[in-house]
Amino acid sequence: MSLLASADQPTLEDFGTDVWWIVLIKIVGVFGILVLLTLFAIIFERKVVARMQQRIGPNRVGPRGSLQSLADGLKLALKEDIMPALADRPVYFLAPVLATVPAFLAFSVIPLGPTVSIFGERTPLQLTDAPIGVLIVLACSAMGIYGIVLGGWASGSTYPLLGSLRSAAQMVSYEIAMGLSIVAVFLYAGSMSTSEIVAAQAGGNQVSFFGFETQGPSWFAVLLPVSFVIYVIAVVGETNRAPFDLPEAESELVGGFHTEYSSLKFALFFLAEYINMVTVSALAATLFLGGWRAPWPISIWDGANTGWWPLLWWTAKVVLALFVFVWLRGTLPRMRYDQFMSFGWKVLVPTALVWILVVATMRTVGREADLDSGEVAFYIGVPIAAVLIAGLLIASRRRNRATRVAALKAAAGATRATEPEPEVLPAAGPRRRPAQAGGPSRSAGGFPVPPMDLVVPPSPRLRSKEPVGAAAGVVASGRRGRPGGATAADSTPTTPDREDDDA
Amino acid sequence: MLSNYMPFVGLFVLAAAFALFSVAAAPYVGPRRYNQAKLEAYECGIEPVDQPLTGGRFPVKFYLTAMLFIVFDIEIVFLYPWAVSNEALGVFGLVEMAVFIATVFIAYAYVWRRGGLEWD
Repeated sequence: MSLLASADQPTLEDFGTDVWWIVLIKIVGVFGILVLLTLFAIIFERKVVARMQQRIGPNRVGPRGSLQSLADGLKLALKEDIMPALADRPVYFLAPVLATVPAFLAFSVIPLGPTVSIFGERTPLQLTDAPIGVLIVLACSAMGIYGIVLGGWASGSTYPLLGSLRSAAQMVSYEIAMGLSIVAVFLYAGSMSTSEIVAAQAGGNQVSFFGFETQGPSWFAVLLPVSFVIYVIAVVGETNRAPFDLPEAESELVGGFHTEYSSLKFALFFLAEYINMVTVSALAATLFLGGWRAPWPISIWDGANTGWWPLLWWTAKVVLALFVFVWLRGTLPRMRYDQFMSFGWKVLVPTALVWILVVATMRTVGREADLDSGEVAFYIGVPIAAVLIAGLLIASRRRNRATRVAALKAAAGATRATEPEPEVLPAAGPRRRPAQAGGPSRSAGGFPVPPMDLVVPPSPRLRSKEPVGAAAGVVASGRRGRPGGATAADSTPTTPDREDDDA
Repeated sequence: MLSNYMPFVGLFVLAAAFALFSVAAAPYVGPRRYNQAKLEAYECGIEPVDQPLTGGRFPVKFYLTAMLFIVFDIEIVFLYPWAVSNEALGVFGLVEMAVFIATVFIAYAYVWRRGGLEWD
């Protein structure tokens, strides 16, 4: 518990006392860190996604392609600046600025490390802090929406308008969930200042379970798992990232709100998006993953939380969070808009509200009745969890009622698993084969249906080890309707069945 | 306490200068080759539909979402100070907040029931 009183842990009083040139260094430092992290995040994302898709990724510019995003940025600057004739000039020019500036500002309260000495001056490794620190982040991320909405509106084009509206609706919806997920952290930390929230996660907190005293984990991600999960999901929606990248759904809306933007203006939108990603990653580290403090095995070493070392732990946590973003993009398909919105409003928001009440009740009752944490968890947490699980079970049973009834009927033999296909096609004439038993009935009707029972051919590497005849048999049996009739030689896949019949 | 916000203002100035410079420099750095097609809105190659100057019409659902956002954002605004001073307010604060959340939940349930959360 004495860890809390570490001399290097900055508190609110340590801010606002810096010399002016220290402030300047910090401002330029934050700016530089954000730009560098953006360049890193882009190349990191492209490399990791490439590996997930069994590609190599960019590997031409710089060692192993590491300068690719810098080259792309320079190339964007040298591109022509196009503006559609119908665009609203001043707003069109201002929108990228409105998106970028708040993105930079949101980062100003993120703690990067403890008190260090820069050229002999002791100063916290954090640009600034305020009693309402986290509110600054939320306010800035909300301001960023203006840039997106106005950019889409001012383009005077259909796709950007739709993209910006979607984007705005999505961001405000998920901002609710994000804001609610943070409340429980404030409950535990008793402060909204980022440096004090990091300080609150410093020592292991005392957990006593019916008399047994143990050192519990101190990260809020462990203490408040539900909040953490809601936060992670909400910020993926908030930053318009896959699988929630509906405003930029290429297949529907071209590029979304920035379809009409080119050159450096497009680069600014791109920069803002990646800075937002870095900021929410850093905020996740600050609120839930112990901030710049070393994770457990390293924290045994006394020097781990002093000097410049914490910058390393902080970077590691942010890169880990960025990796999760990329991982989600590489794994999950894009959601449908209605599913996405109903997930935000009908699942995340009520869950977050109930969770806040549960946490507050546990803390208040535990304090008032002077119970130890184990008893609180037992007498309050277990009944609430039981009620919640029962509610979820009832809800899911009610929702799946139709499916269950159908499954019971099928089990009793009342229905077949699949209905036989209705005969909507004309009767088989002289040109049509009689429908074969077992085969898909429509294939005989003349529609160009792909073969339904196609078997994936074995991989070439496997085939080379097997005898040739067996492999050809597998491929040939993939053709529909002719068991053994076709040899590998005459069954070219481009020949439709009808021509076979006519011949 | 105000001096806490001075670095914030400094970062604002730097970021705004950077962004404004980029926007202003873009037309001069890049090439300029006139083409009628570049002035048209991009609609995947089809003739662009003329937009009314007011921005056209779009589904009213977006307004509804915006209003719901305001309702819940105000709820959050009330939740934050309560969460921070939860220790001082004790049981009284907890009961008050439970009542408040319950009233917002009634509105929420109403919106849900009337289909305000459905998208098609």
